[in-house]
Amino acid sequence: MASVSLQSVSKSYGAHRAVNDVSLEIAQGEFLVLLGPSGCGKTTTLRMIAGFIEPTSGRILFGNRDVTDLPPYRRNTGLVFQGYALFPHLTVFENVAFGLRMRKLGRADIARRTQEVLRLVRLEDLAERMPRQLSGGQQQRVALARALVIEPEILLLDEPLSNLDAKLREEVRVEIRQLQRRLGLTTVMVTHDQEEALSVADRLAVMSDGAIQQIGTQRELYNAPANQFVASFIGRTNFFAGEMTAPQRFRTESGLEISIATATAPERLLAIRPERVRLGNANGAANSFLGTIEFVSYLGANTEYVVRLASGDAVTVEVHNDRAESTEPFTVGSQTHVAWDRDACQLIA
Amino acid sequence: MAGAAAVASALRKRWPRYALGAATAVCYAVMLLPIFFVCWLSFFQNEILSFPPEGYTLRWFKALWLQPQFAGGFATSLEVALLAMLGGLAVGIPASLALVRSELPLRETLNTLLLSPLVVPGIVIGTSLYFFLIDVEIATDWPLAGSMAGLVFGHILVTIPWTVRLIAANLLGVDRAIEEAAMNLGADRLRTLLKVTLPVIRPGVVAAALFSFVVSFGNLELSLFLVSPGETTLPIAILQYLEWKIDPTIAAVSLIQIAIIAGAMVLTNRFVRLSQVV
Repeated sequence: MASVSLQSVSKSYGAHRAVNDVSLEIAQGEFLVLLGPSGCGKTTTLRMIAGFIEPTSGRILFGNRDVTDLPPYRRNTGLVFQGYALFPHLTVFENVAFGLRMRKLGRADIARRTQEVLRLVRLEDLAERMPRQLSGGQQQRVALARALVIEPEILLLDEPLSNLDAKLREEVRVEIRQLQRRLGLTTVMVTHDQEEALSVADRLAVMSDGAIQQIGTQRELYNAPANQFVASFIGRTNFFAGEMTAPQRFRTESGLEISIATATAPERLLAIRPERVRLGNANGAANSFLGTIEFVSYLGANTEYVVRLASGDAVTVEVHNDRAESTEPFTVGSQTHVAWDRDACQLIA
Repeated sequence: MAGAAAVASALRKRWPRYALGAATAVCYAVMLLPIFFVCWLSFFQNEILSFPPEGYTLRWFKALWLQPQFAGGFATSLEVALLAMLGGLAVGIPASLALVRSELPLRETLNTLLLSPLVVPGIVIGTSLYFFLIDVEIATDWPLAGSMAGLVFGHILVTIPWTVRLIAANLLGVDRAIEEAAMNLGADRLRTLLKVTLPVIRPGVVAAALFSFVVSFGNLELSLFLVSPGETTLPIAILQYLEWKIDPTIAAVSLIQIAIIAGAMVLTNRFVRLSQVV
């Protein structure tokens, strides 16, 4: 297993910059997720690491080895494809053994290592099946086994869970994460699903428009988003445009005066997470505004409210349902206060 | 009365289905009746074809055996068809890969060009190829016109549209990611081709081989121009025989030809499901 280093990697198609000056350091054994909407350049980045796309500029290193100019078959990465890409004409065993055969290992070695990996993904009983005879989850495990058996320097996962149904997806992602930890695999995963990304990653790189917007742990991204894109992509946020008018005072364009913790700052955007806003009793809160409940959705563990303030701003509020109320305490059309503390306010570039 | 009304109403409701059934039956009849009659005729006893038969005999098959132009024509046709099949694949597989997998400019033009032997009448191809081979022979001193090589060359030409169409269509349906997976696992381009791409498009390749064989085996127009003096292919032998005699021998030859092609199809179908690719 090796560390991975991307140094100012760019990829242009004509005038279009699919990936723009991406630099990344992935530590040995780290699970990094590239997260972003479709077309943000995350898959292009992954394919450049695998060697299927040649960067227009920049270098890619595995450990100290510069692999930028190496074709995919000399890079020793294990890639799990979105549609699994199993060889339809080969059995499960031969699919997994393929990489070892390409490495010209002895027959006994191939049999032993293939069986070991099949046992690891609990497919030893299905070794002689053809891929079309397997369920989606089983195919996914074959794809993983096939990538792992060659003992790759880096495991690459391209939306590996997107073809599985919701329940299986959660199981498999836990399995992948446990396996990754146990084997100490340096892993790069691409996904557009933020929940999936948050649940498995050591660190995440949020991408948009071909560039990395922010790299950090889940908490860093959520609590200190670098910009509006990250703040809106990871979780949800109430945004207020405006500016600071005095120390610890932010005045929105709609005319709200909000107390914040920051003394002075040039930023013109204020973000407040929905779960940091309280409904009703405004006791002790630095900020409290009267509004009308416009929308209620009960989601089991939480209830979400949209409250329209007198200023015209709509504030989304998320309330954790810590008691089983039999009726809705706030009905649509009723008036109530929304309130939040100073430290709930984040200024964003 | 009530029963008749019910039948009439059922008929009104179901007539589209009956009409479709009838049309299908007519189509099949048009396709299969000639084959059926050829087979039947080959056993007629009377020398002048007439109906109904006076009796049945196998003597036309025996007569066939005794006529060297049929046996010789059959051997030549078989040889040419097998060589044209191999040649067609040798051109068709790389051409399909280039059409489907490469980023070659003018791929559309190339595609049209490769299919053009289907559009140009066989007689025209035969004539022009004949003149072309003579020109080449004059320029290079290679004995091409009226040679086996020239004949096979011409036949390869008419198999190309079939091999390219069938193999390219199969290749289009293959997920490119499986080739990438092979490369990711350490296979270079050649080994990816040999271990993954070719095995996966095997149905298309086998179907292409079969169609090449059939197209070449039954070809008359090209062979008329390109065959070497003194040699004859089976279709030419049939034509020559027909010029001075019509008796069930021709039907017997045709029956054998049909049997060989049908046999090839049945055999092929055991290895690949032809219905999947054709």
